[in-house]
Amino acid sequence: MRAEIVGFWAVAVVLLASSLAVVLTPNLFHAVLFLAAALVATGGVFLLLDAPFLFGVQLLLYAGGVVTILVFAIMLTERLVGQRIVQSSRFVLNAAVVSAAVLVGILGFLVRRSGEAARPPAIPDVTGAIGRALVGPFAATFELLGVLLVAALLGALYLARTDD
Amino acid sequence: MPLTAYLVLAAVVFAIGLFGVLSRRNAVGILLGIELMLNAVNINLAAFARFHADVVGLVFALFTIAITVAEVGLGLAIVIVIFRVRRTVDADRLDLLRG
Repeated sequence: MRAEIVGFWAVAVVLLASSLAVVLTPNLFHAVLFLAAALVATGGVFLLLDAPFLFGVQLLLYAGGVVTILVFAIMLTERLVGQRIVQSSRFVLNAAVVSAAVLVGILGFLVRRSGEAARPPAIPDVTGAIGRALVGPFAATFELLGVLLVAALLGALYLARTDD
Repeated sequence: MPLTAYLVLAAVVFAIGLFGVLSRRNAVGILLGIELMLNAVNINLAAFARFHADVVGLVFALFTIAITVAEVGLGLAIVIVIFRVRRTVDADRLDLLRG
C-alpha cells in the first residue's frame, strides 16, 4: 500500500511537470520529447491501476508510434521551410483563465461526489478478460475500429503523397 | 490512493492540455495539447475500471488509444499538406475558409 502511494506521487509529479513543459516550451522538438515523458508517466499510472496490458499498449502505440510520427512530421516540415520552427503562444492569459475555470468546474464535481469508494480486489487475469471482451461483447466495435484505422491510414497516405 | 486522487490528476492534465490547445499558434503544438487531453481521459477510464472492478473501462481506453493514433496520423498528414501549400503552419494565418 505504501509503495502505491509513493509511486502515485512520483508518477504524478513527472506527469504534471512534463505536461506543463509540453504546453510551455518554445522549442517544438523539445515539446514532443516532453510529450513522450508525459505518455510514459501515464503508462506508469496504468501500472498503478493494475492494467499492465494498457501500459504495454501505451508504450508501443504512444511512446513508440505517435512520438515517432510527430518527430518525422516536424523534421519534414522544417526541411520544407528550411528553417527552425519557433512556436509562440497567444492569448496566454485568456487560455489560462478558461482552462482554470474548466479545472475548477471538474474539481467542484469531484468534491461534491458522495462517499469514497473502497478499492475492490483486482480483476483476476485482467489481460485475458480484456481479450475475451474484445472478441465477445465488443467484437463489432473492434472490427469497426480496424476499418477506421485503415481508412485513416489510407487518407493520410493520400493527403501526404507527392503529385508526381 | 483513493479514486479521487486519480480523477484530480486526470483533471489537471486535461486542463493543461486545454491550455495548450487554446494558447499554441503552431498546428503541431495544438495537436500535442489534444494528445494530453485524450491521455487524461484514458487515466479516468482506467481509474474507473479499477475502482469498479469492471474490465469495460479498460476496453474503452484501448478504443480511445486506437482512435487517437488514427487522429494523429491524419492530423499530421493534413499539417504537412498545409505546410506544402501555404508555407506556414501558424493557425492564425490559416484563414482561407473564414467568411
